[in-house]
Amino acid sequence: MDLTNLSGTQKDELMSQVRQQMMIANTQELLGKITEKCFKKCVNKPGQELDNSEQKCIAMCMDRYMDSYNLISRAYTRRLTQESQR
Amino acid sequence: MADLDLSGGDHKVDSELQEFLLVEKQRAQVNAQIHEFNDICWDKCVDKPGSKLDSRTETCLNNCVDRFIDTSLLITNRLAQLIQKQSSGLS
Repeated sequence: MDLTNLSGTQKDELMSQVRQQMMIANTQELLGKITEKCFKKCVNKPGQELDNSEQKCIAMCMDRYMDSYNLISRAYTRRLTQESQR
Repeated sequence: MADLDLSGGDHKVDSELQEFLLVEKQRAQVNAQIHEFNDICWDKCVDKPGSKLDSRTETCLNNCVDRFIDTSLLITNRLAQLIQKQSSGLS
């Protein structure tokens, strides 16, 4: 594979594809985690259908999981900065 | 993420691209770590999801990240000491 002779446009294209694929992978990971965690928390005894309270619980769980993700992302970034300054 | 051979070999990548890929690889590692922390700390800190994260849960999540890293550092250092002790005892 020879990637030395890419034109500027080709390089930009490649970079933006890499970024996009990373974003997709990250979203898929988040989706998988949320489904697993919120199924565990909200569906105790699986019945004939997701009842109203289960659906409400799942929606709330999803929002809180994303809150938690953002909080932890900030906490980890803060710690990384802190460690690199030691 | 698939293994990226950035060291050269048969693959020739220009330096701008190489720099870009290194940064993106690091970013991917940080993202993976955030998912792992959130997985572990969610189980530890969140009981019943409410209409917002209460302050007790927020404190727990913050502490969870820091203490997990502390634990990892402590174990790493201790293991290094054990290996050192063992190897100095042998010589």
